[in-house]
Amino acid sequence: MPEYQENSIIDTIDRLAENFYRLSLRAPLIASAARPGQFVMVSCAPFLDPLLRRPFSIHRCNGSDTLQLLIRVVGRGTELLARCRPGQSLSLIGPLGRGFNPPPPASSVCLVGGGIGIAPLLFWAERLKTPRRCTVLLGSRTGKELTQLAAEFSQLGCRVETATDDGSLGHRGLVTDLLAAHLPTAAKTYACGPMPMMAAVAQTCRDAKVACEVSLEAHMACGLGACLGCTVHGDGGRYLHVCKNGPVVNAEEVAWQR
Amino acid sequence: MAALNLPIDLSVSLGPLALTNPVLTASGTFGYAAEFAHLVPLARLGGVVVKGISLAPRPGNPPPRIVETPCGMLNAIGLENVGADRFIAEKMPFLRTCCCRVIVNILGDSIEEYAVLAERLTGVAGIDALEVNISCPNVKKGGVAFGTVPEMAATVTQAVKAATNLPVIVKLSPNVTDIVAMARAVETAGADAISLINTLIGMAIDARTRRPWLANVIGGLSGPAIKPVALRMVWQVASAVKIPVIGIGGIATTEDAVEFLLAGATAIQVGTANFFNPAATGQIVDGIEAYLRHQGESAVRDIVGSLRLGA
Repeated sequence: MPEYQENSIIDTIDRLAENFYRLSLRAPLIASAARPGQFVMVSCAPFLDPLLRRPFSIHRCNGSDTLQLLIRVVGRGTELLARCRPGQSLSLIGPLGRGFNPPPPASSVCLVGGGIGIAPLLFWAERLKTPRRCTVLLGSRTGKELTQLAAEFSQLGCRVETATDDGSLGHRGLVTDLLAAHLPTAAKTYACGPMPMMAAVAQTCRDAKVACEVSLEAHMACGLGACLGCTVHGDGGRYLHVCKNGPVVNAEEVAWQR
Repeated sequence: MAALNLPIDLSVSLGPLALTNPVLTASGTFGYAAEFAHLVPLARLGGVVVKGISLAPRPGNPPPRIVETPCGMLNAIGLENVGADRFIAEKMPFLRTCCCRVIVNILGDSIEEYAVLAERLTGVAGIDALEVNISCPNVKKGGVAFGTVPEMAATVTQAVKAATNLPVIVKLSPNVTDIVAMARAVETAGADAISLINTLIGMAIDARTRRPWLANVIGGLSGPAIKPVALRMVWQVASAVKIPVIGIGGIATTEDAVEFLLAGATAIQVGTANFFNPAATGQIVDGIEAYLRHQGESAVRDIVGSLRLGA
């Protein structure tokens, strides 16, 4: 599969909530090759500090030349990205890694996203399309981060439920509280979010005997399989490298108890 | 002044090993080359130094293994690699198609392991040279790194030389008091070339959690942050030994590479820059050619060690 080092041009930066942004980038090579669940390595600054690119799931692909990233400001790299302006250039490498694998034809699926982990699920929901029944469960700290994203999933024909820590939108509590009720009708679940959330999703799916794929996150230097830095504990005592074995893996491949 | 269209000769020799140009990749930053095939014209490179190989596969360290630091990064990968047999069976077929020199970085826990490994790799089609990583702990000598004691470094060098007819490059650790003593020891022991520097041992702490960032607590510092240290050591070593020196340490641009050549390096390796700019190596080959043209030079070997000192 092709991989490109491409200078993208920023089209728009939208602030969805506090410290929560959506970047639209013109990157025709990467956008036309990208599949849901894959990621890009983004250069946050044209200088040497911060040194390393940051990995981001591809949030959406509009047509064949624009892709979107969902960014939460958590440190210096993401802060620099949030301060970018339309017209600026950002170097990307991608599309990288293994994406989501399709569910059985015409089956019902459940997507579970927590916080910034919602990012790759919108791209996947677009490609899954109806008439399939697609239930989307979104969780976050507060409702403001979810309002627009929830509306976009709804527009795609998905049934959306939300959970927030502060109870400002939907269920007050964990998004995983909502999952069990939907599993009897789901053939497959796809999850992306914090490790404890994905561990709970994996356990719930295992109990219900429903297939589950998760999108992992780790610090990585290259995204190409060279630095071997993005390690996660896998089944049977082996190590998984998020960039090459994932980011999307079968939930059974991860050692959740570690 | 040289005519603008005169061909520039980029070829260099590392003892018995001839290279089409002086730009190599540093071990551990370029995988087994296939990882970069879409992003770098591999045939344009002088050569690739592959991820360090041990006799048996190694799983590496638990996570977290890397952390970013100012203008650099720390890593404690723990020498994860597929082992010699899988390397030969699974990685060499692609490497043979790269059309550039293939240098295999080797590592071991004992003198014997280095020797057996060197023997195993000798005669494998497509392997052009060995680079000996002596920054590993000697398990039989209480874990003291081979690369910190001149006598031990010399013994490893002799053992590898005796086990192979391939050119042998010894990669020096900067974590020593006297780098020149290390270089002289491996030169006397028969090394065909010396590469330096490996990573500087460092540490990073998360003040919020009061924990080290790396599961291994300490790790190797690399990237532009270490370039001045590397440049100084390359200059000192190149001034003291007769065998060719390969400069490594924070090289990310043409200017960086040229500085190492001026300091006395016959070739250079690009390391951490491969992570943040996978195209770096190809750009540096082109850049050195342009630099030589601009300087009115016709051969890269003419600028090696041409640092101007004094008034």
